[in-house]
Amino acid sequence: MSFGSGAMTNSIGEIKNCDVLFIIGSNPTEAHPVIGVEMKKALKKGATFIVADPRKIWFARHADIHLQLNPGTDILLVSAMMNVILSEGLEDKKFIEERTEGFDEVKELVKDITPESVAERVGVDAEDIRKAARIYATTEKAGIFYTLGITEHICGTDNVRTLANLAMITGHMGKPNAGVNPLRGQNNVQGACDMGSDPGKYPGYQPITDQKNREKFEKAWNVKKLPEEAGTMLPKGFDLAVEGKMKAFYIMGQDPMMSEPNIDHIKVALDTAELVVVQDIFMTETAKLADVVLPGTTFAEKDGTFTNSERRVQRVRKAIDPIGNTRPDWKIICELATKIGYPMDFPSPKEVWDEVASVAPNFAGINYGRIEKVGLQWPCTDTEHPGTKFLHAGKFTRGLGKFHALPHREPAELPDNEYPLVLSTGRTLYHYNAATMTRRSEGIVQKSDEAFIEVNKKDADNLGINNDEIIRVITKRGNIKARAIVATKAKEGIVWMPFHFVENSANKLTIQAYDNITMTAEYKVCSVRIEKV
Amino acid sequence: MAKLTININGKNCRAEEDMTILWAANTLGISIPTLCHEIRLKPFGACRVCVVEVQGESTLMPSCVTKIKDGMVIRTDTERVLNARKAVIELLLSNHPVDCMTCDACGDCRLQDLAHEYGVRESRFFTKPEKGVKDDRNCMIKFDHDKCILCGRCVRICNEVQQDKAIDFIGRGYEMSIGPAFNDSLLDSSCVLCGQCVSACPVGALTEKQAVGKGRDWELKKVQTVCSYCGVGCNLFLNVKDNKVVKTTSQVGTIPNDGNLCIKGRFGNDMIHHKDRLTEPLIKKNGKFEEVTWDEAYSFVADKLKKIKDENGPDSITCVGSSRCTNEENYLIQKFARAVIGTNNVDECART
Repeated sequence: MSFGSGAMTNSIGEIKNCDVLFIIGSNPTEAHPVIGVEMKKALKKGATFIVADPRKIWFARHADIHLQLNPGTDILLVSAMMNVILSEGLEDKKFIEERTEGFDEVKELVKDITPESVAERVGVDAEDIRKAARIYATTEKAGIFYTLGITEHICGTDNVRTLANLAMITGHMGKPNAGVNPLRGQNNVQGACDMGSDPGKYPGYQPITDQKNREKFEKAWNVKKLPEEAGTMLPKGFDLAVEGKMKAFYIMGQDPMMSEPNIDHIKVALDTAELVVVQDIFMTETAKLADVVLPGTTFAEKDGTFTNSERRVQRVRKAIDPIGNTRPDWKIICELATKIGYPMDFPSPKEVWDEVASVAPNFAGINYGRIEKVGLQWPCTDTEHPGTKFLHAGKFTRGLGKFHALPHREPAELPDNEYPLVLSTGRTLYHYNAATMTRRSEGIVQKSDEAFIEVNKKDADNLGINNDEIIRVITKRGNIKARAIVATKAKEGIVWMPFHFVENSANKLTIQAYDNITMTAEYKVCSVRIEKV
Repeated sequence: MAKLTININGKNCRAEEDMTILWAANTLGISIPTLCHEIRLKPFGACRVCVVEVQGESTLMPSCVTKIKDGMVIRTDTERVLNARKAVIELLLSNHPVDCMTCDACGDCRLQDLAHEYGVRESRFFTKPEKGVKDDRNCMIKFDHDKCILCGRCVRICNEVQQDKAIDFIGRGYEMSIGPAFNDSLLDSSCVLCGQCVSACPVGALTEKQAVGKGRDWELKKVQTVCSYCGVGCNLFLNVKDNKVVKTTSQVGTIPNDGNLCIKGRFGNDMIHHKDRLTEPLIKKNGKFEEVTWDEAYSFVADKLKKIKDENGPDSITCVGSSRCTNEENYLIQKFARAVIGTNNVDECART
């Protein structure tokens, strides 16, 4: 929305040559271990690390400045950094003038947000904010890296746009070793978005509301009329199901019964729906509630492509034949569509990709032949195009970069006497999300197989909780047990736990409060109480 | 960077000034054998198998750590060089079991390659007593003391690249080995079981425990693909024998991960063959899943979807794509929702 594209602006290969890495709401050594390796190369070369995170994560321990902020105060922190940059004249005036619009509103907004005025709420020393702002602003090769610690808030989109503001006032955009870089979570989350698994967009981010786009796809897909109204986002779809208005869910390779907040609500939705079809590789929590379960295959049993965090479309290759009577997911959809009366007769994923390239200009230049050895980064608009290493060189996708003046908004739930601590949830190195796959890996299970909660030593002492003790974790939504890891990793007043473990699922606790634009849930902040069992 | 003139094996050539002899030779297409050298790591100069003759130097020089100088005259192929390399290989073999017939690294072992190339069948030197396989209770990484040639590649990748500092050299002389502090299990150390050490080991000292006895290098079909865990998109190689994924390996130089992988990418693919895999289509009848044929499953779903669409309109149906599935599959699911069902209710799990 600020630049016109939702993806890492720069490439993984550029990271090692950054002189400043501003890592905010991201724990690369656990969630993106090999990007972590690239960042460690920069560390070894002497790059300056500014890490904003409520926890003492690996990079925080090795950082020059660790801004140990309170969850949900990112906008205040970044606005204060901008305040310092503008009041000390460290902004890139030429860049602002030539490449952006809407700067004055942001200037006005941050005018009074001095580090001193927010230090208490943010929970960070004002002088550290000043130092961080100066280092970031005055270093040429300075990149911002964020993950779900930024987006999983009711103001997630605002957080992202505020980071975009910071990058734009300092001109750290459209050049190598800089930019604003969301490290995408799952293997193909970038690709799933790119391919139009989105209620408002066709493949390649083409809005469905545009008549021309509809006509193009009607022709390409040989249908008389495509729906004009944007569809419902999934969380809303579950709400409608509870009300009896959403009748059927066709779910491919997702486990909302583990991944959505407040899963008791999701269960009611799926129980109420008339038809739930799940395509998956294991009997997931969601599949258990389905009427029909179709066995898909793992990545090892099919051809296709994944698009990584740096927009690189890469070949996935079939290594073994499908196990048992399973079928690749692409084939299942084709066969079902054909059964319903719409023939989909792609002989292989290659032909599906060729159709993607023919309807989405961003991918028009990519074909299986070109990515045989090394993947290509979109945009790649024709078969001569070399792919795009970093975005927005000379010009933003949307033309001028747009500043958004966004005030801080408090999280949906704040600690009180009954629930005095803040709970954040996230991923660990050893497991992946619902852990359907990783908990079926012998070696990984040996290393980690149990729900835990990180508690600050002071909080634990106050409650008489010992390290390694099983405790109860309670929110307004529910309660679970977890093993306490008492240390100083989590900040005082904050507890953290992963959401991988079905028997003690952290998403029984999390709140159904969503970002107003993307409907991303606020997994990073809810109020909680912990007790001895 | 300034270019220097050097002479290798009688040929004059130009090379950049910060290059080592090994690096310069490689860029000129001249191969020099190495054991302790790994492109991801800083030059170490431990094994001495890469020695070359440099005019004016009284001793042979390790090419991996010797920088070139203007006018340097280098020979990589004299008898003196070849004999020295042979002696190094013999010394290593004096300390290394020659049990290639049962070794899992057979066919993928630099020492075996060099012994073959230099014709070293057995060592003239004293053979030390065997120490055997270290019995570590982790079920991913196997360490065989006897096969370790102390090249330090594992120690260095753990310290320089991974920076987990889990293993180091331990002991002195013949007792020297590698491992975590206090001889603990890797599970009790700062090791994150990324297996980078396994990927760096040039011999059979560090291997994938789960792949022991399941196939040797030339029997394994190596299929290059992309990891299915996080969004980094590491390239990896599924090693397949008899329609089974035996292990996962990586290759230096691949984009974007340059041969680096984490625990999930390297060791988390045994889930492919897990007994819990769903293998038949299932329909729930009276609260219980029953196996059905694909055709029955398709007919059931098709009829139900048509009925729901007729009765409640297409917008009463939601399709959900997946961040774990391929681009092609996500393209098809949204096409299915839009063109087949007639709704824009298609979403995926980008939020989680």
